[in-house]
Amino acid sequence: MAGKGRGVAAFTFNIEALGISRGSMPETRVGPSPLFPHTDFKPVPLKDGEDDNYMLALKQEMRGIMQQRPHNIKPLNNKVERYTERYLKKLKVEDEEWTPDWNLFPKELMPQKKKTHSKTDDGTTENSDDEKEKKKENEEEELEEEEVDEEDIEEENDYIESYFDNGEDFAADSDDNMDGEATY
Amino acid sequence: MTANEVRLCGLLLREHFGEVVEKVGTHLLKNGPETLRTIIHETGMPLDQVKKSLCVLMQQGACTFCSGRKGPGSPAEYCANGDRILRILRYPRYIYTAKTLYGDTGELIIEELLQRGHLTMSETVKTVADRLTQNMEEGRSMDYSEVSSSFSKLVETHFLQRCPPVGVEKKASSSDNPAPPVTNPESAESFPDCYKVPHVTLIGRGKRPLVTEDGEEQRNAKKRKLDAQAHGDEGIYWQVNFERFHLHFRDQTIISAVANKLDQTSSEIVRTMLRMSEVTTAPLAPSTKPLSANEIFRSLPSSYSIQRQILDQYLSLLVDDPMEFVGKAGESGGGMFVVNLHRALANLARATLESVVQERFGSRSARIFRLLLRTRHLEQKQVEDFAMIPAKEAKEMLYTLVSENLVQLQEVPKTPDYAPSRTFYLYTVNQLPTARMLLQNCYKSVGNLIERRLFETKESKRLLEKSQRIEAILASLQASGAEPEQLTEVEEMITAAEKQQLSALRLHVNKLDSAENQVDETIFLLESYIFSTSLTG
Repeated sequence: MAGKGRGVAAFTFNIEALGISRGSMPETRVGPSPLFPHTDFKPVPLKDGEDDNYMLALKQEMRGIMQQRPHNIKPLNNKVERYTERYLKKLKVEDEEWTPDWNLFPKELMPQKKKTHSKTDDGTTENSDDEKEKKKENEEEELEEEEVDEEDIEEENDYIESYFDNGEDFAADSDDNMDGEATY
Repeated sequence: MTANEVRLCGLLLREHFGEVVEKVGTHLLKNGPETLRTIIHETGMPLDQVKKSLCVLMQQGACTFCSGRKGPGSPAEYCANGDRILRILRYPRYIYTAKTLYGDTGELIIEELLQRGHLTMSETVKTVADRLTQNMEEGRSMDYSEVSSSFSKLVETHFLQRCPPVGVEKKASSSDNPAPPVTNPESAESFPDCYKVPHVTLIGRGKRPLVTEDGEEQRNAKKRKLDAQAHGDEGIYWQVNFERFHLHFRDQTIISAVANKLDQTSSEIVRTMLRMSEVTTAPLAPSTKPLSANEIFRSLPSSYSIQRQILDQYLSLLVDDPMEFVGKAGESGGGMFVVNLHRALANLARATLESVVQERFGSRSARIFRLLLRTRHLEQKQVEDFAMIPAKEAKEMLYTLVSENLVQLQEVPKTPDYAPSRTFYLYTVNQLPTARMLLQNCYKSVGNLIERRLFETKESKRLLEKSQRIEAILASLQASGAEPEQLTEVEEMITAAEKQQLSALRLHVNKLDSAENQVDETIFLLESYIFSTSLTG
């Protein structure tokens, strides 16, 4: 009963009723539309007021500054310093160091100072208050007298040091510095 | 988040914080909240880099953490905030607005806070004063107290707010406000002290950096010494209140729309109305509190010299305007008037949609589009007749609009078998879904613009590096007092052709950059419209 007319090219109704006559059918589409289609209408020009120019300058300045900030983390590479970078580097001295306020962030994000230190902190989130207090004091002490405190032979800034350590100790340490809850 | 948004977030993160942060950020956006261990496991990145990236993201407010979601003692989970990352696109506008409202000091305060995510008041004031001093003439300097009064003004007008307390108990602010161990990140507004300026002891003036060779080290040493001093606001961090800026943008958009549609005087009347209700109206209210014509008349700045009768005429004109910016709420007090904030946004969004269709498909397609917007549903025949466009062309335009998803097709069958001969085919435009689609297109365009800009700069990377290097050499030569011949010799290392190439590149990059800024204006309008409908709907 329902099979009638199925698969047959002819329509079972008068297509003129839809307002489509033979000549007025649009062309059938073949394949996807091109990646850069031809546009009939050109875009309107950009606004070019004083405030737009100022915002443009602000945007470019912002981008430039952000790329020099310590917030901009460079991927690790052990390549030799290229000559071309020697002069560019001069720009990047502005406040190289950035120590976040660790009161605001989870303790597990702190860069590891020493192995012994990280051994003691087994649970990051279930610390009791006084332990936290103690740790804060510890941090502050360490921040102030990091050169004295450092047992390794690093020069001055342990932050950079741990940053360059290739994550080799990650596999070994992960159980210590993580929450210690799950052992797979 | 949609794929377009994630892509744009990734590009913005890469540009501002580097590829490492981009990787962590997009991973979090795609996968939702995750623990540190999972992030490291899934991205395969070194532990230290992931830690540092998370710190950067949190410093910027682009990422939050909450602990104990899966029971007490469970590890902290990190959750990226995509909307916050997209705000990076609007940074120039925030800074510019701060400049127009509060001058250079306001500009620098907002700029510093945006660059560093959050800062204490004393840090901000010191950095800003130093920067202002640097730009002043020799022998003059900026007083800290001036900067901190600008800072307080920004807080008073809610453009700045305190960072909400984090899940970890804070030592500094615990005396009167013991922060409970929150499990979910709270909104900043729910924090009672959010707009309270702490008492800060800051006396001194901005300092000029020393220009000698070892100036950098000295400055750092000094900085460290200065940082050691207590100012009484340690642990109280401030951030930019984007919502407040957005309210300001919205008001400015409405005012300038009125100025374009009617005239300058009516826009001043609307500006007065908005300013009067700035304090009384809730931030997300659909319209302002009713204001009587008398009140408006009294609050108009005397410099406009608008007569009372003229004001009444203007108000009734504004009420009659089809854009419905101003509505009448009652008759008492010479007529009560409101500014229809949400209606205005909806109408402006509609105008944006119409102009997009007009610019992309021509004015006749726009006519069809407007016709469908106003009449809701039309059959094909009716479209052809009402738009007064020859049937064949009308069909082609209509089908193009349907294939671009700007116009939808609704089938209404007379019989349940959906037989085409017994079905009405109605064309319709749904404003909200269309606006959503357009917003996604905007995100995509900005992504494309950034991608293109990166491509352009990468293509001429060598040239850019060369010119930078030469500039550096020139600067160092000038500093050491070299001969002018030497300088010109160095300058000539860039050939004329290269110079031309460089200026062409600069032109392209400028164009792409300002296109990004201007697409963001459309994004802002559409976002506010969509957000306002989600409140009322």
